[in-house]
Amino acid sequence: MVSTIDISVEEQETEAESQIDLAFREIRERANDHWRGLTEGDVPWFKVGFGASGQAAGAQDVYDELIASPQFRNGKFALSKVGTRGLMYLEPLLEVKSPGGNSVIHANVSPTIASEIVTGYTEGDGSAPLHETAIARIGKKDARTQNLTRWRDLPINRLQTKVLTRNFGVIDPHDLLQYVANGGYTALHRALASKSQAEVLDEVKASGLRGRGGAAFPTGLKWSFLAPSDAPIKYVLCNCEEGDPGAFNDKGILESDPHLLLEGLILNGYATRSTHGVIFIRQGHDLPIDATREAIDQAYEYGLLGTNILDSDFSFEAEVSLTGDSYVAGEETAMMEAIEGKRSTPRFKPPFPAAAGLWQKPTNINNVKTLAYVPGIVKDGADAFKATGTESSSGTALVCLTGDVARPGLYEVAMGVTIRTVLEEIGGGPAAGSERIKVLQTGGPLGGVMGEEAFDTEIDFDEMAKVGCILGSGGIIVGDEKTDIVDLIRNLVAFNQFESCGKCFPCRLGNTHMLDVLDRMCKSEARPGDLDLLEKVGTNMKVGSLCGHGQLGYNPISSAMAYFEDEFRQRFEGELSPSGSQGDGIMLMPSRTRPVGQGR
Amino acid sequence: MTTDTSAKSRELRSRIQTALNGQTHGKPRPVTVTVLSSLLAVQDELHYIPVEAVEEVAQYCDSTINDVWSVASFYTNFRFDPPGIATVDVCWGPTCHLMGAQDILRAVHDETDVAGEATTSDGRITIRYSTCLGACAHAPVIARDHHLQGRVNPESAREFVSNLSEELGDGIDH
Repeated sequence: MVSTIDISVEEQETEAESQIDLAFREIRERANDHWRGLTEGDVPWFKVGFGASGQAAGAQDVYDELIASPQFRNGKFALSKVGTRGLMYLEPLLEVKSPGGNSVIHANVSPTIASEIVTGYTEGDGSAPLHETAIARIGKKDARTQNLTRWRDLPINRLQTKVLTRNFGVIDPHDLLQYVANGGYTALHRALASKSQAEVLDEVKASGLRGRGGAAFPTGLKWSFLAPSDAPIKYVLCNCEEGDPGAFNDKGILESDPHLLLEGLILNGYATRSTHGVIFIRQGHDLPIDATREAIDQAYEYGLLGTNILDSDFSFEAEVSLTGDSYVAGEETAMMEAIEGKRSTPRFKPPFPAAAGLWQKPTNINNVKTLAYVPGIVKDGADAFKATGTESSSGTALVCLTGDVARPGLYEVAMGVTIRTVLEEIGGGPAAGSERIKVLQTGGPLGGVMGEEAFDTEIDFDEMAKVGCILGSGGIIVGDEKTDIVDLIRNLVAFNQFESCGKCFPCRLGNTHMLDVLDRMCKSEARPGDLDLLEKVGTNMKVGSLCGHGQLGYNPISSAMAYFEDEFRQRFEGELSPSGSQGDGIMLMPSRTRPVGQGR
Repeated sequence: MTTDTSAKSRELRSRIQTALNGQTHGKPRPVTVTVLSSLLAVQDELHYIPVEAVEEVAQYCDSTINDVWSVASFYTNFRFDPPGIATVDVCWGPTCHLMGAQDILRAVHDETDVAGEATTSDGRITIRYSTCLGACAHAPVIARDHHLQGRVNPESAREFVSNLSEELGDGIDH
């Protein structure tokens, strides 16, 4: 009797497995056909690099020119909007894939240049010489492209390790099939077909993955707090509030490869036996919002979300939730308040989210980047993931390099690469018009600043903490020799003051107080004892605030004092004239107060 | 609160109700509706939150006028008077700050005769300070109705605003 039952269970399992395989094979075959059509069809495929940065550089004008061209209307080429390839100083970027042949990448393209490129590809026998904006090729060289370097052999690309950004600029983020044709949803298929929930969780634990939202908490451990609960509804949340000025890697993932995040979220749900996923994005960022919503719709359409995913017995729902403008909404308990539609102020802990989170249900919160690593870990294994990076920080870091640097952009490097390598070899050193790099601001406005003596620090959660900085969300803002440190710190504190949610008075009043002091320093009106006052206020904020916003609010000042104490001292001795190009020391900033009912 | 029963107010209420219902209407899957999502839906439609919307949202979400005000006044994207025909966002975040945002702000104020975050006296252009527009690699960044333009300088920012002003012409309300 017992043995009969065993056999029937085994048979059922084999049958279920083949159903999952069959469901996925169907999608993959469609995807491969679709991809062949695009890459080996009869006409060239034009891809314009978008994302917020591409748009700021003028990608929309290029796209509009292409879509309005007679050659496009006559079907002489295919056209897609893709994400960013990260080398933002080269934007707008246009890639042209020859039918069945290689690709050529054109940099700093204007609408006029775009139409010249179209003419080159669509008139005559297609052997016209390359446009002068061509900077690299992808694929084998041929007669036309023999003098072009391979894209991946450009020094700036050789120094990168592309794990999360592999598909950026390669696939159309609005097209699920292109993601699948490039290996997407394979990890989900494998997990559902042949791995138990515990096996997926163990793999994530073994990878040593640490949270990329700033706190660097071990991801597998966090998931294991949620997994055991048998509650009928459990949430996994993905945080893309990304309010840090100078950071755009989370939005970058959603703009360039949203299905990577979605697959990670579904696997997060599977490993923790959760039922619902919510992707939390700040309103107003239309490109990532639209791309993510579209990705969710497509995933439902293909049976990758909803009831019985890929005909397995795992069901999972997902939706996008928007927040209003509030920096503190990125704090995990404040985020749950915002999803519930309330003011995004932090909650007391305990209870911790894994016990009572969103709508008081067991909940896990992960950053976009963290989740986006998961498909790779499940597909290729923990060891493959750990092969990159350092002992304590495995994997890669997604660095947003901005400011007075020659090659600003979004770069992915192995953990353990030094900051100096990123600045000099990837970033190309100081920007034109700058002599040297004086200061870096990392980890968002609550992070810190570092001076030149710290540039040999490795990009690694623990190494950076040792020099008084946090890697945080990965933003590195570069200031040159002309940077007025006290003025920069005033700007950071002004941001923190503007964004304090007001729940804890040490943060609400402390930031206002610190801003007042910095403001008078910048106006050369500093008073004796002001530095001690800053420290006192900062200490009170640290011990008296509920969340990181107040606890870390003194960081910008303390780190600046560690590296640039002289500049603060000089403010007291009348050695520096007031900040700002106007010489009046005034910094314009917004007010939180908005008029009600006027003008109606 | 006295209830405004004018034709204009009635029309406003009907547009608000359409926006509120539009959150779920015709959507293939359930959508979580909250006070915040409702306020965002109204502002998407009207570009501001009139007092009528606070009442309608309270009713729609089974909440109170007090609670709706508390949420609306908390998030800095909500505004309570109609904006101009076009909204210009100027970033003042740290990267843009280092790259000269303060001079951009002053140039924009100078060109529009508007001080701080406000709308021009002809009601055509609203100036807002943004904490980050997400295109920091091209700082300083300015935007018109979420369409970004990077690497501006005081001269090009002036041009950006004066071109916009010309394009808006006599200013027919949207």
